Amino acid sequence: MKSALRDAVLSALVALRPVPVAIAVAAVFVGRLLLLAWRGRSRAAARHANRAFAERLTQAGKYVAPLLLIVALAVPLSGDRYYLHLGILVMTYVMLGWGLNIVVGLAGLLDLGYVAFYAVGAYSYAIISTTYGLGFWTCLPIAGILAAIWGIMLGFPVLRLRGDYLAIVTLAFGEIIRIVITNWVSLTNGPNGISGIPRPTLFGLKFTPAGGPGSFSDFFHLPPSPTWRAVYLYYVILVLALLTNWVTLRLRRLPLGRAWEALREDEVACRSLGINVTVTKLTAFAIGALFGGFAGAFFATRQAFVSPESFTFIESAIVLSIVVLGGLGSQLGVALAALVMIGGFEVFRALADYRMLVFGAALVLIMVLRPRGLVAGRTPTVALGRKREISAELVAQGRG
Amino acid sequence: MAYALQQLINGVTLGMIYGLIAVGYTMVYGIIGMINFAHGDIFMVGAFLSMISLLGLAAFGITSVPLALALTLIFAAAIASLYGWTVERLAYRPLRGSFRLAPLISAIGMSIVLQTFVQVSQGARVKPMEALLPGGVQLMDQGGFAVQLSWMQVAIVITTLVVLAVFTWLVTRTSLGRSMRACEQDLKMAGLLGIDTDRTISLTFVIGAALAAVAGLMFLLYYGVIDFYIGFVAGVKAFTAAVLGGIGSLPGAVIGGLLIGLIEVFWSAYFSVQYKDVAAFSILVIVLIFMPTGILGRADVEKV
Repeated sequence: MKSALRDAVLSALVALRPVPVAIAVAAVFVGRLLLLAWRGRSRAAARHANRAFAERLTQAGKYVAPLLLIVALAVPLSGDRYYLHLGILVMTYVMLGWGLNIVVGLAGLLDLGYVAFYAVGAYSYAIISTTYGLGFWTCLPIAGILAAIWGIMLGFPVLRLRGDYLAIVTLAFGEIIRIVITNWVSLTNGPNGISGIPRPTLFGLKFTPAGGPGSFSDFFHLPPSPTWRAVYLYYVILVLALLTNWVTLRLRRLPLGRAWEALREDEVACRSLGINVTVTKLTAFAIGALFGGFAGAFFATRQAFVSPESFTFIESAIVLSIVVLGGLGSQLGVALAALVMIGGFEVFRALADYRMLVFGAALVLIMVLRPRGLVAGRTPTVALGRKREISAELVAQGRG
Repeated sequence: MAYALQQLINGVTLGMIYGLIAVGYTMVYGIIGMINFAHGDIFMVGAFLSMISLLGLAAFGITSVPLALALTLIFAAAIASLYGWTVERLAYRPLRGSFRLAPLISAIGMSIVLQTFVQVSQGARVKPMEALLPGGVQLMDQGGFAVQLSWMQVAIVITTLVVLAVFTWLVTRTSLGRSMRACEQDLKMAGLLGIDTDRTISLTFVIGAALAAVAGLMFLLYYGVIDFYIGFVAGVKAFTAAVLGGIGSLPGAVIGGLLIGLIEVFWSAYFSVQYKDVAAFSILVIVLIFMPTGILGRADVEKV
C-alpha cells in the first residue's frame, strides 16, 4: 500500500519535472555514495585511526607540553592587554579543569557542582579581605581551606551514593550555595555582590595604574601602566595552575593517588584490598575543592567584585566539559581543551547572542566525534617494567 | 487548617507538573542509563510552543477554551516530540555504547543549544499571558481565609491524571510498552530477541518529550509567565524528583514530583520563599543518605 503510493508519487514527479528530479536523484546518489564510502571506512578503521592518532599525540605530548608551557610563559611579552586577559581567563579554566580532574578524572566521582567550591573560595576571600583588611596572599590559603572544608561537608552525605545519585546531589549542593549567597544579604550583600575587593600585591607593592609612591612601577622605576597588573595577575594564575598540576602529578605517585585511581577502576575490589574508601573519597573531594577555592580567590581578586551571577550551573558544566573533552585524567588534555573551548569561545565574540548556540553545538559535535576526549591515551601511573601507552577505552570512568 | 489545605492544593498542582517532567527523565534513565539534561529545555520549548499555539488560535478566532486547549495540547506535544526525536538522533544515538560521561556532556551541549535558540528566536524577556480559565470554586471559609480551588488547578490535575493514565496503559498494555520494559531490563538481550532497540529508544524520547510538552502547557496556564530559563530550574527540580522517587521507577517519578511540589509549597508558605529550593534539595540529600536508591528505586546489586 505504502510502496504503491510512493511509486505513484515518484512517477508523477518524474513525468511532471524530469530535469529537477534527475538532478535530485543524482545528488542523492552521489551523497549516499560518499556517505557510504565514509561510513565504510569508519568503525574498525576509525577506531584504528583514533588509536594511531592518540599514540602520535602522546608521543607529540612530550614536546607539546613544554611548548605550551613556553608559550604560556611568553604571553606577557606580547604586551597586549587583550591577550593577557584572555590568557588569565584560559588559565583560570585550566586550573579549574585540573582541580576537577582530581575528583572526576582520577577518583571517578561525577561532580556537577564544582562551581560551589569556586564560589566558596571567591566569597571567602571577598568577605575576609573586605572585613578584616587582609591581603590576597594571606587569604589565599584560608579560602582554599574553607573550600576544602566545604568539600568534606559535601563528601560525607554522598559517600554511599553511586553514579547519577551522586551527580544530582553535587548539583544540588552547587545550587544551595548559590541560593544561600543570593539570600544571605547581611553577609554577602545578596544579588548586588561585594565590590572593592583588594587587588593582589607583590611583597607589599601595589599595582595602581597611575603609579605613585609604593607602587610596583615606582619601585622599579618603570613607566606606570595598567599592563603591569595584568602581567602580574597572569603570572599568579599561571603559578597557581602549575601548582595544581604539580601537586596532582605528585599525588598520583603516592598511595593516596593510586587509591583514587583504583577507586575509579573498581570500588568493590578496592574495598576488598583494604583501601579505606571513605578517606579516599573525602580526600579527593577536599583536594579538588582546595584548588577550586584557590581559583575562586583568584577570580575575586582579579575582578575586584563578586556576585552570585558568576557561580551558576553553567560554570560547572563548562568545567566538566573541559575535563571530559580533554580526556578524563589527562593533564595535557585538560589544558588543550580549556584552550580550545575558552579561546574558541572568545574567537566567536562577534556572533554575540549566537555564541552560546555555537558553543553548545560544538560540545555536541566534539563529543560525537571524539567521545573519549581530545587526548585518548593514558600513561599508567604505575607499571611493571616499561610504561606503555594504553587506550583510554580501557580506563574505567568510575561509577561513583 | 484552611491555610494548610490551600497549600496542599497548590502543592499537588505543582507536584503534578514536576511529576510529568520527571517521568521523562526516569524513562530515559531506565533504558539507556543517562541523564538527559536537555529534557528540561524540551519542557521549556513545550511551554513556548503552547503559547505560540494559543496566541495563534486566538488570532484565528477559536475562542472556545476547551477546544483551544485540546488543539494546543496536541500541537505542542507533536512538535516537542519532534524536538525530542531530533535531539536523540543527533546528540545521543552516535554515542550509544560509548562511555558514560560522553552523552552527559553532549546533553549539556544540547541543553545550551535549545536554551540559546529560544533566547535568540523569542527574545530574552519574560513572556506574560493572560489567564485562560479564570475563577474557581471556594471550598471553605475559615476565619476570613477562603480556600480557593481554581478551575485552572482542576484542569491541570485532571489533564495530568488522564495523560498519566494513557501513559501507564501505553507502558503496561501495548507492545511498544513491552519493548520499552524489555529494553529497560536488558538492552542487549532485547536486541537479540528481535526488538528494534534504536526505534524503542527513539520512541521513549518522543513520549518523554510529549509529556514534557504537556507539563510545559500546564506551567504556562498555571503561572502565566514563561522565559527561556524555566527549563533549567524546572528540569533540575524534576530530576531531583526522579532521583527522590528512585530513578528508573515510573511511579517513583510521580511520587517524587508530588513530594518536591509539596515541600516547595509548604516551605514557602510556612518558612521562607527564598529558601524553598534549598529545602527541596536538602530533603533530597537527607532521603538519599538513608535510602541511597531513592524511595522506590531498586537496590543496585553489584556483581564482581
